[in-house]
Amino acid sequence: MRENSLPVGAMDTRASGWWAMIFTIFTEASLFTYLLFAYYYLAAQPHMHGTFPEGGPPKLGMASLNTVILLMSSAAVAWAQFSIEHNKKWRLVAGLGIGALLGVIFLGIQMMEWAGQPFGLSSTTYSSLYYVITGFHMAHVVVGVVMLLALTLWSGRGYFNSRRFAHIHIGALYWHFVDAVWIAVYFTFYITPLLGLKA
Amino acid sequence: MAAFSTRAFAAPLQYLTGASARAEPVVWLTWGVLLISVGVIVIIAGLLLGALLRRRAAAEPRALMPDKGGYSWLWIGVGLSTLALLFTVVWTVVVLAKIQAPATHPRVIIEITGRQWWWQVRYLSTDPRQQFDTANEIHIPVGQPIRLKLVGGDVIHSFWVPQLAGKMDAIPGQINETWIEASNPGDWTGQCTEYCGVQHAKMLLRVVAETPSGFAAWRAHQLAKPQVAAGHAVFESHCGNCHAVRGTAADGSFGPDLSHLMQRHTLASASLPNDPVTLAHWIADPQSLKPGTRMPQVALTGGERGSLIAYLESLN
Amino acid sequence: MTTAYERRPVAAADTPALRKKLDTLWETSPGFYGWLATVDHKQIGIRYIITAFLFLIAGGVEALIFRLQLSWSNLHLLTPEQYDQLFTMHGMTMIFLYAGPVLSGFSNYLWPLLLGARDMALPRLNALSYWIYLFAGIVLYSGFAFGFGPDAGWFNYVPLAARAYNDGPNIDLYALGMILLGISTTVGAINFVVTFLRMRAPGMSIDRVPILIWGTLTASAANIFAIPAVSLAFFLLWLDRNVGTHFFDVGAGGSALLWQHLFWMFGHPWVYAIVLPAMGMVSDGLPVFCRRPLVGYTVVAVATVATMVLGFGVWVHHMFATGLPGVSLSFFSAASIIIALPSAVGVFAWLATIWTGRPQFTTPFLFFASFIILFTIGGVSGYMTGSVPVDWQLTDTYFVVAHLHYVLIGINVFPVVGAAYFWFPKMTGRLMDERLGRWNFWTMFAGFNIGFFPMHISGLLGMPRRIYTYGDGMGWNWVNLVTTAGSFLFAIGVLIFFWNVFVGLKRGKPAGDNPWDAPTLEWATSSPPPPYNFAVLPTVASRHPLWEDRLQAVGERSVTAKGLVLDKGREALGTTPLDAAPNIILKMPGDTLVPLCLALAMTVLTAGLALMNIIMAALGVILIAAAILAWLWPQAVLGETAEAPHA
Repeated sequence: MRENSLPVGAMDTRASGWWAMIFTIFTEASLFTYLLFAYYYLAAQPHMHGTFPEGGPPKLGMASLNTVILLMSSAAVAWAQFSIEHNKKWRLVAGLGIGALLGVIFLGIQMMEWAGQPFGLSSTTYSSLYYVITGFHMAHVVVGVVMLLALTLWSGRGYFNSRRFAHIHIGALYWHFVDAVWIAVYFTFYITPLLGLKA
Repeated sequence: MAAFSTRAFAAPLQYLTGASARAEPVVWLTWGVLLISVGVIVIIAGLLLGALLRRRAAAEPRALMPDKGGYSWLWIGVGLSTLALLFTVVWTVVVLAKIQAPATHPRVIIEITGRQWWWQVRYLSTDPRQQFDTANEIHIPVGQPIRLKLVGGDVIHSFWVPQLAGKMDAIPGQINETWIEASNPGDWTGQCTEYCGVQHAKMLLRVVAETPSGFAAWRAHQLAKPQVAAGHAVFESHCGNCHAVRGTAADGSFGPDLSHLMQRHTLASASLPNDPVTLAHWIADPQSLKPGTRMPQVALTGGERGSLIAYLESLN
Repeated sequence: MTTAYERRPVAAADTPALRKKLDTLWETSPGFYGWLATVDHKQIGIRYIITAFLFLIAGGVEALIFRLQLSWSNLHLLTPEQYDQLFTMHGMTMIFLYAGPVLSGFSNYLWPLLLGARDMALPRLNALSYWIYLFAGIVLYSGFAFGFGPDAGWFNYVPLAARAYNDGPNIDLYALGMILLGISTTVGAINFVVTFLRMRAPGMSIDRVPILIWGTLTASAANIFAIPAVSLAFFLLWLDRNVGTHFFDVGAGGSALLWQHLFWMFGHPWVYAIVLPAMGMVSDGLPVFCRRPLVGYTVVAVATVATMVLGFGVWVHHMFATGLPGVSLSFFSAASIIIALPSAVGVFAWLATIWTGRPQFTTPFLFFASFIILFTIGGVSGYMTGSVPVDWQLTDTYFVVAHLHYVLIGINVFPVVGAAYFWFPKMTGRLMDERLGRWNFWTMFAGFNIGFFPMHISGLLGMPRRIYTYGDGMGWNWVNLVTTAGSFLFAIGVLIFFWNVFVGLKRGKPAGDNPWDAPTLEWATSSPPPPYNFAVLPTVASRHPLWEDRLQAVGERSVTAKGLVLDKGREALGTTPLDAAPNIILKMPGDTLVPLCLALAMTVLTAGLALMNIIMAALGVILIAAAILAWLWPQAVLGETAEAPHA
């Protein structure tokens, strides 16, 4: 940049939208904190044996695979971010597209897991927590996938380059956040029962 | 036997005086923080008036005062406030420790279930034949702690007899324990203090403290089955599904136990006096006295009603 | 139109030609379209204030009606169910639809002017927050309008609010309306925080911002973390009631206390959020009429933040009677008593400012000064309830009702009315009438104290909250009669205030730029300000730019007559978070209907859920997605897309 010049418009982390996303993430992170607080609080209430988690500690297979898938999608999106900073448009498009695709696969596997559960939504307190918390996370993934698809479209149409890519970073920030939330949800539902938090 | 009615103050639910070993430290603390508060208000009001009314040299409206001074206000004010606050914290913790548990082990244990809109009372005992139910009026012996187990029967209610102890909620899903103790014989009023629906306003209760022998006599009387008098058939068929009278076929538990109804000073969760006219009115049209109450209007002929009331009046 | 990547901004003097150019760029479109599509923070701020005052009137009327019912024992003016809906609506209206939004309104209007900026950081988000607030208010009143308003109290405890004890749409509308309202408050909070970090005038480091900025900033940061708790609580309740989940359902392993924890983890920070900005208004307004800057600016700013931070650690004091373990009670009791300390800092700072200043007894000053004693009374009654053994007597009695009204009316309403008198000239170019102002003040002050001080007494005499009537022998008759009389007198005072607003609009004296000779930047521009606020951007060298030459003979000076000219479109200056050094030229959006459309889409979803109509709900979701995509679609004019650079 020339001396004494100021950037104009939405430039990387000086864009107002980037800051808005940071605080949106704070509030959404708070939401998940309160959801997990509900889990831990209710876990500490008395329950009949075998009802928390219902049917015993949940199986790790699908959820662990999903964790890997989501981590990979974050890596793809991070690669996309790196690419646009170096003006590599098609790598940007590829990274975003792969990220979105992996997100869709995550959703598919999660729906399969839901379908295979022996309990329904209104079965017990545990089942309520399971579907509502993973459901909230899934809703965030859906929003993220739609957003990644929009970014893929806009990238394909040449809207961004190595000077202007605020939208990419803002969207990526959200996607990485959704990934981090999954780690917390996975830990709560799948790991803590193995550590002894169960009835 | 009948309890005394000490109406020492015009406001039966006031708590600036107390009537028990448990209440006393709290009454002192209440007065303490009240006086500190009043003191603070008077001092700040005085300082404010002083600041507003002090004479100052006249000046042209646009003139400014220098941006200096006033810091001593902050140091002194915050310093004094800190002392008062810390003093209160210490006193609070001391009182809390003192009243958390009674000095001796309670021998009388009462389970109280909050219901919309009355209090179900069960005197517990290790011997099941010594357990009995009553409602809305609790008798206790003086000079000893009484343990109360509070059960949430439907929604959250809160048990409060101000002269004897602070509030404790009756919450569904958990049993909260508290204790009360009366120093002298007397008669105290309490009220539910957690909004619990349309008749929250009329969910009162009474505590009657008796001498130990008076209490023993009352208790023995409660355990005794009342005489079966004429009119009990009307009661059993029209009222027995909801109300219980010990020793008869009437064993409902939706509404208060009526076994020794005439021992009580009040009706409808201590919101009405227990006299024949009120009792008749209550049975004829409960909604007019306590709109929203769960007690239905039961269809009775004139003769049935007369019989029923005579029966109830015999439940001594 | 393409946008250059970078530019060397030019500094110049304020000229009429520049003003004309900026007018054309920043003016809201005329007519109905402009009214719906504006993103001007001043118009949005005024809308917020007017809407909030309308809700104040609604909540006030509800209270006056049930105060009549309570004026004597055993009255039958209302049925218990009517009473229960009225007191619930009163609490909900005042706390959620008046107290927060009115402060958002004043902050919205004032922040860019106080900060020397052209607009808030996110103007479209600003418009969105207002529209959602309006629609949420309508949703929240929709049940009551047809006789099924929420009736389980404004804090809506379960199981009373669960389906088993409260069938019908009453609670569902409350829950869904609150979730919608929470979105409004949250996006508004995000806007304030980002604006604080990015939009301050060059030189306005964080130790030079007005205390109102600290107050609203603190409240906004808190809201960002706290609101999800209550939104979640209401959503889980809605699920329990409509879908059969078991979060609060004790029979199935749920917990009634989970509601209370989630609600109060939000609720306690919220009550600070609805007073800290008002305290900030007093901290900024009072010194103007004491003719000197606030004593102890830094401690007051720190105390503001400290109050809010501590405010996250005391929520359990609303639950002292629920059977918690002793250790927990002691901790929260100590915290609840100690939290009085940062508040005490404010009281002494204000007293010191008056004492070392030269008071001018204007109407706004009367409201700001009287607030100090009302704050003190509300504060000490809170201190009393902080002590657990005392709280076990005071809680759920009229003592708490006295406390909460002293803090809410004393620390929110009185400063707000004072702020209205203070900033009305800036907003309208006219002054309100001083004589009517005195009548307004004394009527409100007398009425408020006659109405609410006796509640301390009825509380100490044991009168429980939320009872629709009471018996003859309880000893509460005279106290209640006096309270009812006082509350009507207070209402008359409020009416005089609104009358004075109308009088001021119609024939108030012209105010000029700075009728109060106040020091901050909003008084450096015209009354009312032009749509672009400042033709050239001011540079700031102290907390009181317009008083500098009279307070210090030498020193750095703020400059308002000359500054950066940003006129290549709608432009604003972005600066660094701590020191406010310029670091970006921001392209600001103009009029757009998208925020209104998004708010409507969210309302469609809310209505779909309320009616359990999946088609309507799905339609709402699709419209929301479409609106958000339209909003975020990269636009060249906002500098969001890659363009070939040009000068």
